[in-house]
Amino acid sequence: MKTTVRKQDDQGLRFFGQVIASVTHDIKNSLATINENAGLLTDHAAMAARGRPLDPEKVNVLAMRIMDQVKRADGLLKNMNRFAHSVDDSLKKVDLNEILQLLAALSVRFAAMSGANLDVQPSPKPVVIETSPFGLLNTLFLCLEVAMTAAGQGGSICLRPEKTDNGACVHFGPLPDAAMSNQDHCLSAFIDARLVKNSATRTLTLIIHDL
Amino acid sequence: MRVLLVDDEEELVSALGERLVLRNIEAEWFTTGSAALKRVASCCFDLAILDMKMPKIGGLELREKLRARCPDMKFIFLTGYGSEKDFASARGTDADYMVKPVDIERLLDTMQTLFNRSKGDT
Repeated sequence: MKTTVRKQDDQGLRFFGQVIASVTHDIKNSLATINENAGLLTDHAAMAARGRPLDPEKVNVLAMRIMDQVKRADGLLKNMNRFAHSVDDSLKKVDLNEILQLLAALSVRFAAMSGANLDVQPSPKPVVIETSPFGLLNTLFLCLEVAMTAAGQGGSICLRPEKTDNGACVHFGPLPDAAMSNQDHCLSAFIDARLVKNSATRTLTLIIHDL
Repeated sequence: MRVLLVDDEEELVSALGERLVLRNIEAEWFTTGSAALKRVASCCFDLAILDMKMPKIGGLELREKLRARCPDMKFIFLTGYGSEKDFASARGTDADYMVKPVDIERLLDTMQTLFNRSKGDT
Protein backbone atom coordinates (compact mmCIF):
# COMPACT_ATOMS: atom_id res chain seq x y z
CA MET A 1 0.00 0.00 0.00
CA LYS A 2 2.80 2.37 1.00
CA THR A 3 4.58 1.58 -2.25
CA THR A 4 1.45 2.42 -4.26
CA VAL A 5 1.01 5.78 -2.49
CA ARG A 6 4.71 6.56 -2.99
CA LYS A 7 4.43 5.66 -6.67
CA GLN A 8 1.42 7.99 -7.05
CA ASP A 9 3.26 10.80 -5.26
CA ASP A 10 6.31 10.36 -7.50
CA GLN A 11 4.18 10.29 -10.61
CA GLY A 12 2.24 13.37 -9.49
CA LEU A 13 5.44 15.27 -8.76
CA ARG A 14 6.91 14.22 -12.08
CA PHE A 15 3.81 15.47 -13.89
CA PHE A 16 3.82 18.73 -11.92
CA GLY A 17 7.50 19.25 -12.74
CA GLN A 18 7.02 18.48 -16.43
CA VAL A 19 4.19 21.00 -16.77
CA ILE A 20 5.96 23.77 -14.83
CA ALA A 21 9.19 23.24 -16.80
CA SER A 22 7.28 23.39 -20.10
CA VAL A 23 5.25 26.50 -19.23
CA THR A 24 8.22 28.39 -17.80
CA HIS A 25 10.20 27.50 -20.92
CA ASP A 26 7.46 29.07 -23.04
CA ILE A 27 7.38 32.15 -20.79
CA LYS A 28 11.15 32.49 -21.27
CA ASN A 29 10.63 32.36 -25.03
CA SER A 30 7.96 35.01 -24.77
CA LEU A 31 10.24 37.25 -22.68
CA ALA A 32 13.12 36.68 -25.09
CA THR A 33 10.89 37.68 -28.02
CA ILE A 34 9.82 40.84 -26.18
CA ASN A 35 13.48 41.54 -25.41
CA GLU A 36 14.59 41.28 -29.05
CA ASN A 37 11.68 43.26 -30.46
CA ALA A 38 12.07 46.01 -27.86
CA GLY A 39 15.80 45.97 -28.61
CA LEU A 40 15.10 46.34 -32.31
CA LEU A 41 12.83 49.31 -31.53
CA THR A 42 15.63 50.99 -29.60
CA ASP A 43 18.02 50.25 -32.48
CA HIS A 44 15.65 52.06 -34.86
CA ALA A 45 15.22 54.92 -32.38
CA ALA A 46 19.01 55.27 -32.13
CA MET A 47 19.29 55.36 -35.92
CA ALA A 48 16.50 57.98 -36.07
CA ALA A 49 18.46 60.09 -33.59
CA ARG A 50 21.37 59.97 -36.06
CA GLY A 51 19.11 61.23 -38.85
CA ARG A 52 17.78 58.05 -40.49
CA PRO A 53 13.99 58.36 -41.03
CA LEU A 54 11.87 56.20 -38.72
CA ASP A 55 9.37 53.95 -40.51
CA PRO A 56 6.05 54.23 -38.61
CA GLU A 57 4.87 50.88 -40.01
CA LYS A 58 7.99 49.14 -38.68
CA VAL A 59 7.48 50.72 -35.25
CA ASN A 60 3.85 49.59 -35.29
CA VAL A 61 4.74 45.99 -36.23
CA LEU A 62 7.33 45.75 -33.47
CA ALA A 63 4.98 47.28 -30.88
CA MET A 64 2.19 44.86 -31.91
CA ARG A 65 4.56 41.91 -31.56
CA ILE A 66 5.45 43.04 -28.06
CA MET A 67 1.77 43.38 -27.11
CA ASP A 68 1.00 39.93 -28.56
CA GLN A 69 3.80 38.38 -26.54
CA VAL A 70 2.54 40.04 -23.36
CA LYS A 71 -0.89 38.47 -24.06
CA ARG A 72 0.78 35.11 -24.72
CA ALA A 73 2.75 35.24 -21.46
CA ASP A 74 -0.37 36.33 -19.58
CA GLY A 75 -2.28 33.33 -21.01
CA LEU A 76 0.54 30.97 -20.04
CA LEU A 77 0.57 32.32 -16.49
CA LYS A 78 -3.21 32.07 -16.19
CA ASN A 79 -3.10 28.43 -17.25
CA MET A 80 -0.22 27.71 -14.88
CA ASN A 81 -2.19 29.34 -12.07
CA ARG A 82 -5.28 27.22 -12.85
CA PHE A 83 -3.08 24.14 -12.95
CA ALA A 84 -1.49 25.03 -9.60
CA HIS A 85 -4.96 25.36 -8.04
CA SER A 86 -5.93 21.89 -9.28
CA VAL A 87 -4.38 20.50 -6.09
CA ASP A 88 -6.61 22.65 -3.84
CA ASP A 89 -9.44 20.10 -3.62
CA SER A 90 -9.00 16.35 -3.49
CA LEU A 91 -12.61 15.94 -4.64
CA LYS A 92 -14.50 18.44 -6.76
CA LYS A 93 -17.10 18.70 -9.51
CA VAL A 94 -15.30 19.57 -12.75
CA ASP A 95 -16.41 20.08 -16.34
CA LEU A 96 -14.38 17.87 -18.69
CA ASN A 97 -14.85 20.42 -21.49
CA GLU A 98 -12.90 22.96 -19.42
CA ILE A 99 -10.35 20.45 -18.12
CA LEU A 100 -9.55 19.28 -21.67
CA GLN A 101 -9.09 22.87 -22.84
CA LEU A 102 -6.65 23.42 -19.96
CA LEU A 103 -4.86 20.14 -20.69
CA ALA A 104 -4.49 21.07 -24.37
CA ALA A 105 -3.14 24.51 -23.46
CA LEU A 106 -0.64 23.01 -20.99
CA SER A 107 0.41 20.39 -23.54
CA VAL A 108 1.05 22.69 -26.51
CA ARG A 109 4.81 22.46 -26.17
CA PHE A 110 4.81 18.68 -25.64
CA ALA A 111 2.64 18.30 -28.73
CA ALA A 112 4.92 20.58 -30.77
CA MET A 113 8.01 18.62 -29.70
CA SER A 114 6.40 15.31 -30.63
CA GLY A 115 5.04 16.76 -33.89
CA ALA A 116 1.40 16.08 -33.01
CA ASN A 117 -1.55 18.43 -33.45
CA LEU A 118 -4.15 18.58 -30.67
CA ASP A 119 -7.79 19.43 -31.21
CA VAL A 120 -10.36 19.54 -28.43
CA GLN A 121 -13.93 18.91 -29.57
CA PRO A 122 -16.01 19.99 -26.59
CA SER A 123 -19.37 18.46 -25.88
CA PRO A 124 -22.28 20.89 -26.50
CA LYS A 125 -23.28 20.48 -22.84
CA PRO A 126 -21.02 20.51 -19.76
CA VAL A 127 -19.62 17.05 -18.93
CA VAL A 128 -19.49 17.24 -15.15
CA ILE A 129 -17.86 14.58 -12.98
CA GLU A 130 -16.87 14.51 -9.34
CA THR A 131 -13.22 13.57 -9.02
CA SER A 132 -9.73 14.69 -8.03
CA PRO A 133 -8.96 17.58 -10.44
CA PHE A 134 -5.18 17.06 -10.24
CA GLY A 135 -5.52 13.29 -10.51
CA LEU A 136 -7.75 13.72 -13.53
CA LEU A 137 -5.31 16.08 -15.26
CA ASN A 138 -2.43 13.71 -14.52
CA THR A 139 -4.31 10.70 -15.87
CA LEU A 140 -5.42 12.58 -18.99
CA PHE A 141 -1.84 13.74 -19.56
CA LEU A 142 -0.52 10.17 -19.32
CA CYS A 143 -3.11 9.05 -21.86
CA LEU A 144 -2.24 11.99 -24.09
CA GLU A 145 1.46 11.05 -23.95
CA VAL A 146 0.58 7.56 -25.15
CA ALA A 147 -1.68 8.96 -27.87
CA MET A 148 0.98 11.44 -29.06
CA THR A 149 3.60 8.69 -29.24
CA ALA A 150 1.15 6.52 -31.15
CA ALA A 151 0.14 9.35 -33.51
CA GLY A 152 3.76 10.09 -34.46
CA GLN A 153 5.15 13.09 -36.35
CA GLY A 154 2.44 15.11 -38.08
CA GLY A 155 -0.39 13.12 -36.53
CA SER A 156 -3.57 14.78 -35.30
CA ILE A 157 -5.28 13.82 -32.08
CA CYS A 158 -8.83 14.81 -31.32
CA LEU A 159 -9.85 14.89 -27.65
CA ARG A 160 -13.58 14.41 -27.20
CA PRO A 161 -15.41 14.17 -23.85
CA GLU A 162 -18.68 12.32 -23.40
CA LYS A 163 -21.06 11.89 -20.44
CA THR A 164 -21.79 8.33 -19.26
CA ASP A 165 -24.25 6.92 -16.70
CA ASN A 166 -21.78 6.84 -13.82
CA GLY A 167 -19.16 9.32 -14.92
CA ALA A 168 -17.70 10.30 -18.24
CA CYS A 169 -15.18 9.26 -20.86
CA VAL A 170 -12.63 10.95 -23.09
CA HIS A 171 -11.81 9.66 -26.57
CA PHE A 172 -8.31 10.14 -28.04
CA GLY A 173 -7.98 9.51 -31.74
CA PRO A 174 -7.93 8.61 -34.50
CA LEU A 175 -4.63 6.77 -34.10
CA PRO A 176 -2.71 4.68 -36.63
CA ASP A 177 -3.77 1.01 -36.72
CA ALA A 178 -0.33 -0.21 -35.72
CA ALA A 179 -0.46 1.90 -32.57
CA MET A 180 -3.62 0.30 -31.31
CA SER A 181 -1.90 -2.66 -29.67
CA ASN A 182 -0.43 -2.82 -26.19
CA GLN A 183 -1.87 0.44 -24.85
CA ASP A 184 -2.97 -0.78 -21.42
CA HIS A 185 -0.09 0.42 -19.32
CA CYS A 186 -0.48 4.17 -18.99
CA LEU A 187 -2.93 4.68 -16.13
CA SER A 188 -2.12 6.04 -12.72
CA ALA A 189 -4.12 5.01 -9.70
CA PHE A 190 -5.08 8.61 -8.88
CA ILE A 191 -8.66 8.27 -9.99
CA ASP A 192 -11.12 5.50 -10.74
CA ALA A 193 -10.49 5.17 -14.45
CA ARG A 194 -9.44 2.69 -17.10
CA LEU A 195 -8.20 3.02 -20.64
CA VAL A 196 -9.70 0.89 -23.36
CA LYS A 197 -8.88 0.67 -27.04
CA ASN A 198 -11.35 0.52 -29.86
CA SER A 199 -9.70 -0.77 -33.00
CA ALA A 200 -12.80 -0.12 -35.10
CA THR A 201 -12.79 3.61 -34.39
CA ARG A 202 -8.98 3.70 -33.86
CA THR A 203 -9.43 5.50 -30.56
CA LEU A 204 -8.22 5.14 -27.02
CA THR A 205 -10.99 5.88 -24.54
CA LEU A 206 -10.45 6.84 -20.93
CA ILE A 207 -13.47 5.76 -18.91
CA ILE A 208 -13.77 7.79 -15.72
CA HIS A 209 -16.10 6.98 -12.83
CA ASP A 210 -17.36 9.55 -10.36
CA LEU A 211 -15.45 9.26 -7.07
CA MET B 1 31.20 37.25 -40.43
CA ARG B 2 28.34 35.15 -41.83
CA VAL B 3 25.87 34.08 -39.19
CA LEU B 4 23.06 31.54 -39.36
CA LEU B 5 20.23 31.77 -36.79
CA VAL B 6 17.73 28.98 -36.13
CA ASP B 7 14.90 29.19 -33.59
CA ASP B 8 11.30 28.00 -33.85
CA GLU B 9 10.14 31.30 -32.29
CA GLU B 10 9.74 33.26 -35.52
CA GLU B 11 9.33 36.74 -34.00
CA LEU B 12 12.38 36.16 -31.83
CA VAL B 13 14.72 34.88 -34.51
CA SER B 14 13.71 37.52 -37.07
CA ALA B 15 14.16 40.41 -34.59
CA LEU B 16 17.54 39.07 -33.43
CA GLY B 17 18.58 38.54 -37.05
CA GLU B 18 17.61 42.10 -37.98
CA ARG B 19 19.55 43.44 -35.00
CA LEU B 20 22.68 41.65 -36.20
CA VAL B 21 22.17 42.96 -39.75
CA LEU B 22 21.90 46.53 -38.37
CA ARG B 23 25.33 45.90 -36.81
CA ASN B 24 26.78 45.03 -40.23
CA ILE B 25 26.78 41.30 -39.65
CA GLU B 26 25.68 39.12 -42.55
CA ALA B 27 22.86 37.17 -40.94
CA GLU B 28 20.19 34.79 -42.22
CA TRP B 29 17.49 33.23 -40.07
CA PHE B 30 15.26 30.16 -40.18
CA THR B 31 12.58 28.65 -37.96
CA THR B 32 13.39 24.98 -38.62
CA GLY B 33 16.52 22.91 -38.75
CA SER B 34 15.52 21.42 -42.09
CA ALA B 35 15.22 24.88 -43.70
CA ALA B 36 18.65 25.81 -42.33
CA LEU B 37 20.15 22.57 -43.66
CA LYS B 38 18.76 23.32 -47.11
CA ARG B 39 20.45 26.72 -46.98
CA VAL B 40 23.86 25.39 -45.94
CA ALA B 41 23.73 22.92 -48.81
CA SER B 42 24.66 25.85 -51.05
CA CYS B 43 26.74 28.06 -48.74
CA CYS B 44 28.66 27.90 -45.48
CA PHE B 45 28.43 30.21 -42.47
CA ASP B 46 31.09 31.13 -39.94
CA LEU B 47 28.82 30.80 -36.95
CA ALA B 48 25.40 29.41 -36.09
CA ILE B 49 23.15 30.58 -33.27
CA LEU B 50 20.82 27.69 -32.48
CA ASP B 51 17.91 27.22 -30.13
CA MET B 52 18.63 24.17 -28.02
CA LYS B 53 15.09 22.77 -27.99
CA MET B 54 13.19 22.77 -31.26
CA PRO B 55 10.66 20.33 -32.72
CA LYS B 56 11.97 17.65 -35.09
CA ILE B 57 15.66 18.65 -35.07
CA GLY B 58 17.00 20.07 -31.80
CA GLY B 59 20.02 22.35 -31.58
CA LEU B 60 22.56 19.66 -30.66
CA GLU B 61 21.46 17.34 -33.46
CA LEU B 62 21.45 20.25 -35.90
CA ARG B 63 25.04 21.11 -34.90
CA GLU B 64 26.21 17.65 -35.99
CA LYS B 65 24.46 17.99 -39.35
CA LEU B 66 25.81 21.52 -39.90
CA ARG B 67 29.32 20.44 -38.92
CA ALA B 68 29.24 17.72 -41.54
CA ARG B 69 28.65 20.42 -44.16
CA CYS B 70 30.74 23.25 -42.66
CA PRO B 71 33.49 21.75 -40.43
CA ASP B 72 34.84 25.15 -39.30
CA MET B 73 31.50 26.52 -38.16
CA LYS B 74 31.23 27.84 -34.58
CA PHE B 75 28.09 27.51 -32.48
CA ILE B 76 26.19 29.44 -29.85
CA PHE B 77 23.25 27.65 -28.25
CA LEU B 78 20.30 29.57 -26.88
CA THR B 79 18.31 27.94 -24.12
CA GLY B 80 15.38 28.88 -21.92
CA TYR B 81 16.38 26.88 -18.87
CA GLY B 82 19.17 24.49 -19.70
CA SER B 83 20.26 21.75 -17.34
CA GLU B 84 23.91 21.31 -16.38
CA LYS B 85 23.92 18.34 -18.74
CA ASP B 86 22.69 20.56 -21.60
CA PHE B 87 25.33 23.18 -20.84
CA ALA B 88 28.07 20.56 -20.77
CA SER B 89 26.92 19.22 -24.16
CA ALA B 90 26.76 22.72 -25.62
CA ARG B 91 30.12 24.02 -24.46
CA GLY B 92 33.37 23.30 -26.24
CA THR B 93 36.25 24.89 -28.11
CA ASP B 94 33.93 25.67 -31.00
CA ALA B 95 30.77 26.39 -29.03
CA ASP B 96 29.20 28.28 -26.16
CA TYR B 97 25.72 28.75 -24.79
CA MET B 98 23.58 31.66 -23.59
CA VAL B 99 20.39 31.69 -21.54
CA LYS B 100 17.38 33.56 -22.99
CA PRO B 101 16.67 36.45 -22.99
CA VAL B 102 20.12 37.38 -24.27
CA ASP B 103 21.87 40.72 -24.03
CA ILE B 104 22.90 41.78 -27.54
CA GLU B 105 26.27 43.15 -26.43
CA ARG B 106 27.10 39.92 -24.59
CA LEU B 107 26.03 37.94 -27.64
CA LEU B 108 28.31 40.02 -29.87
CA ASP B 109 31.20 39.50 -27.43
CA THR B 110 30.62 35.74 -27.41
CA MET B 111 30.43 35.67 -31.21
CA GLN B 112 33.68 37.62 -31.48
CA THR B 113 35.44 35.38 -28.96
CA LEU B 114 34.48 32.25 -30.89
CA PHE B 115 35.37 33.86 -34.21
CA ASN B 116 38.80 35.00 -32.93
CA ARG B 117 39.41 31.52 -31.56
CA SER B 118 38.91 30.05 -35.00
CA LYS B 119 41.21 32.66 -36.59
CA GLY B 120 43.85 31.92 -33.95
CA ASP B 121 43.70 28.24 -34.81
CA THR B 122 44.62 28.84 -38.45
